[in-house]
Amino acid sequence: MSIALGLFTIFAVVAGAFFFLAGTVGLLRFPDPLTRLHALTKADNLGLGLVVIGLLPQVAWPLGAIKLIAIWLIVLFAATTVSQLMARAARDGGPPV
Amino acid sequence: MISTTTLFGLSSVILVGLGLFGLIVNPQPLRKILAFNLLGSGVFLLFGVIARRGAGAGLNSDPVPQALVITGLVVAFAATALAVALLLRLFQETGQAITLDTEDPSIHAPARSNDP
Amino acid sequence: MTLALAVDIGLTLLVLAVACWTLAVRDTFTSVIGFVAYGLLLALIWVRLAAPDVALTEAAMGSGLTGLLLLGAAARLQNAKNISAPPGLALRWVAGVLCALVSAGLAAMVLLLPDPAPTLAPAVVAHLPATGLGNPVTGVLLAYRAIDTLLEAVVLLPALLGVWSLAADRDWGGAPRLRYHRPDGALTLLAQVLPPFGIIVGIYLCWNGADQPGGAFQGGAVLAAMWALILTAGLAEAPPVSRRWLRWLLVAGSAVFLVIGLAGIGFADAFLAYPAGYAKPLILTIELVLTLSIAVALGLLIAGPPTRTPS
Repeated sequence: MSIALGLFTIFAVVAGAFFFLAGTVGLLRFPDPLTRLHALTKADNLGLGLVVIGLLPQVAWPLGAIKLIAIWLIVLFAATTVSQLMARAARDGGPPV
Repeated sequence: MISTTTLFGLSSVILVGLGLFGLIVNPQPLRKILAFNLLGSGVFLLFGVIARRGAGAGLNSDPVPQALVITGLVVAFAATALAVALLLRLFQETGQAITLDTEDPSIHAPARSNDP
Repeated sequence: MTLALAVDIGLTLLVLAVACWTLAVRDTFTSVIGFVAYGLLLALIWVRLAAPDVALTEAAMGSGLTGLLLLGAAARLQNAKNISAPPGLALRWVAGVLCALVSAGLAAMVLLLPDPAPTLAPAVVAHLPATGLGNPVTGVLLAYRAIDTLLEAVVLLPALLGVWSLAADRDWGGAPRLRYHRPDGALTLLAQVLPPFGIIVGIYLCWNGADQPGGAFQGGAVLAAMWALILTAGLAEAPPVSRRWLRWLLVAGSAVFLVIGLAGIGFADAFLAYPAGYAKPLILTIELVLTLSIAVALGLLIAGPPTRTPS
């Protein structure tokens, strides 16, 4: 059982890391702010989500798990707001994003 | 083989050099403040390396330098805040810059206006 | 080469690359964003150095609050003309060589550090039970080196006075203004929903600091960040700096610390000494009041000098 959970963790965290890598490549390679934001949100949503899901079996239940999920939700919320603000700034011709 | 503490120790001294170089070479005051913070973080990191080397008695590192770094970080922040305030006031006073952009009143309010 | 060392080498290279980029990039705004990323990566190095307390402080203060401060300044200075031209190539070379020499000298010292390293860890462990604390760093901050911590709490006040004294004469005693953004739906929502959680995290960090990583400074920094978020979103106005309650709040931490320290002369034979058996409640009292004072002081340092004439 613990081996299966360990494999699950490795798989999920590696998949999450892959999304972070893809998001970073997109951030560096995409031409304009909106497409870069698109790439970043993938890293935030899927990448962090997969890392958190992968780590869940490894932490103490329930406090550690609640903390991990809270971190995920708060980061999602903050990232959403920041994306909104940056997209609006880009649309209004604000500082280069 | 290089040890972790040596690795971080060497990177901390490179950070000190980089910060010092930025402080001297960059003409913009705000970038100088930033470079100074970079220099400071290199010094703090050196403290951290020395703390890690002092691991013992069941602790993974010596808590005394760590406590000093925490104190130092707070003082560095206070000094940065004062420097930034001085810089903004300098630009406001010398007229070298429009410190608060008055072109778009929806974004910025002029600094000296009376608030309704 | 072990896997951990490979990760450390990668982390080091990343931090150095981001540091170079932060210094080299032309746009100041971009540079500040690089600095924030640099601070977060540095926090990872602190974790690798077995210093979670410092990592928390670095992430909250060195990266977060300093980043906010510099971003605000960069936004206001966007239209600033450069007064001085960059130095010539010769001067840059001289500066580069001298800085490299400084680095080389320090590097030689790092390589020649004594082995085994001098350490105070055994002394801290030996005396920690007397304080009733579980976190050795908090023990050092509030018991063995309490004088440093006291002076540090005090030093925030002259810094704040310095910032305030930069106000124009007519604005003295008025309120600072942090809002440099128009009211915006997403930011308002964030500033409405996040602070309750942030305040819980701040109190948790302070309370937990007795036994686990955390403490008054980390908790205070998180609380200050929440206040700054509310002010930035324009949900609340900063209070005028002439308010008496505000000034009491600012000095409360240092004052309580000082009074307990002075009481130590009578009850425990030394300044800042705690009477046996009362150490933990006294330290917790100091920490709680100190957290509040630090949060208010940090928030006002970010808000800057008063810019609105008192009504």
